[in-house]
Amino acid sequence: MQFIQTIYTIWQREIIRYWRDKTRIISTLFMPLMFLVIFGAGLSKTLATGNFGVDFVQFMYPGIIAMSVMSVAFFSTISTVWDREFGFLKEILVAPVSRVAVAFGKTLGATTIASIQALILLILAPFIGVTIHVAVILPLVTFMLLLAFAISGMGLLISSLMKTTESFGLVMQVLIFPMFFISGAFFPLTAVPSWMLALSYVNPLTYGVDAMRQIILGNQVASNILNGLSLHAISVDALFLVVFSAVMVSAAVFAFNKRA
Amino acid sequence: MNIIEVKNLTKQFNGLTAVDHVSFEVKKGEIFGFLGPNGAGKSTTINMLSTILPVTDGEAFIGNFSILSQRDDVRKSIGLVFQDPSLDDRLTAEENLRFHAKLYGVPSNEFQKRKQEVLELVDLWDRRGDIVKNFSGGMKRRLEIARGLLHYPAVLFLDEPTIGLDPQTRAHLWDYILRLKREKEMTIFMTTHYMNEAEYCDHIAIIDHGKIVASGTPRELKKQVGGDIISMTSNQKAELKNELEKRYKKAVKEKDGFLQMEVEDGEKFLPRLFNELTAKIDSIELRRPTLDDVFLSLTGRAIREEETSDKEHMRQHMRMRRRT
Repeated sequence: MQFIQTIYTIWQREIIRYWRDKTRIISTLFMPLMFLVIFGAGLSKTLATGNFGVDFVQFMYPGIIAMSVMSVAFFSTISTVWDREFGFLKEILVAPVSRVAVAFGKTLGATTIASIQALILLILAPFIGVTIHVAVILPLVTFMLLLAFAISGMGLLISSLMKTTESFGLVMQVLIFPMFFISGAFFPLTAVPSWMLALSYVNPLTYGVDAMRQIILGNQVASNILNGLSLHAISVDALFLVVFSAVMVSAAVFAFNKRA
Repeated sequence: MNIIEVKNLTKQFNGLTAVDHVSFEVKKGEIFGFLGPNGAGKSTTINMLSTILPVTDGEAFIGNFSILSQRDDVRKSIGLVFQDPSLDDRLTAEENLRFHAKLYGVPSNEFQKRKQEVLELVDLWDRRGDIVKNFSGGMKRRLEIARGLLHYPAVLFLDEPTIGLDPQTRAHLWDYILRLKREKEMTIFMTTHYMNEAEYCDHIAIIDHGKIVASGTPRELKKQVGGDIISMTSNQKAELKNELEKRYKKAVKEKDGFLQMEVEDGEKFLPRLFNELTAKIDSIELRRPTLDDVFLSLTGRAIREEETSDKEHMRQHMRMRRRT
């Protein structure tokens, strides 16, 4: 019971802090929308001449969701480094509670915030010309949550290893763009050099993008075109994300215990 | 009854001994002061007692719970106010308290009652809905104390509670601490390197280089150094000196134009002196030994003499910034 209450308490604090920071809400929404509108408008005309078979905005949309989930989840887990720097982490670590519960609370907090952003993008989809069938909303949201949880776990692991906000920011900068570019968000990974394909296999973003794309496009394009764009079966994507999350959160708890 | 018992507590960091076989006891309901310069091992001791830091050797009990084997019980029995601020300044005062109450398993109906009680104790009840960011340094400290009391701990640990505060706020904070002792019969374990603050403590242990060099009540410790010193000036210096030596059988020294004499209980001695003396005195001064003198005589240096390193400067600076 105290275990659940600890998770809830830690989670609740993350949400309150997020809600009070309006600039953070607006700025994290602006970036993915900019990508979608500018890139989409710019590239769709160019690509229309090729033999792509899918509307480019439609193609890129899952990647944009994945990107905003990733950046928001990473940015939210920075709170752990922040807490360490500003002393609040001590208040948490000296309390008679389980560290596992603390790590879960933190991860779920970041997951929630990232999912809220993703949901806002989902609601905005019709306004930017993305068609989503009502029937696929549930599986789509499931994968948003899964991806958000996996990335939050990864963020928590990194933040529990970092001492300062600066070093956390640096690691994030180094990670975010490669992860984004090698996720299949911009171009299908079916026709890339083998080293890039190999990297994409350890990138959690790849699995999120892959699954969400198949879900969104599933009843919109012919299956042979879709197969040409996809890497794994949806069930494989889900399995990878679950295992990845479990490994990351366990490692974060371990690091948390050791460093604190 | 002893509420804290510490036996040969030792902490080594990579072969460097920060706390060296420290033993002491704290009685229930008293204010126990842990005195020493920066880096003497005060915070390390607190961190071990509060189970944040693993112990190298030795053992300690807080309210009969072992800090080695009953960590969660120890954590529930202590309230902690750290040296550096540890509030979430984006939350309100009340939210900070609620967070703490939930982690310590205080039931929510009980929390409603206690929150008012602890906030009124530190005069912050009216500010309960304000974001902590807008609080002054002294208010933050008071809120931290209130938070530390929320789960009704048996012992309240205060690590340098007045550091970085202005003298007026410091004095106010002491009013609250003494009120806690009086109204709640709270046992308070505090560290400080301000010797004048140690005067408020019932018992003191002086720690230097990780070892306890002396302990006792402030009065006992000051007695160790010697009696009170009376300094006098007079234009009949020779007669005065003569009379003092004859009448009181004491050594009278002449220093910088003053006649100095060491007596016990100077406050009672002065009226006697005025009644009995026939030689004329122009001015007189009574100086009682301070804890600074105690520290000086024990370690051969003044407590605040030691240079602060760049890192310490930086820390102080950060602390000031966060507190304001």
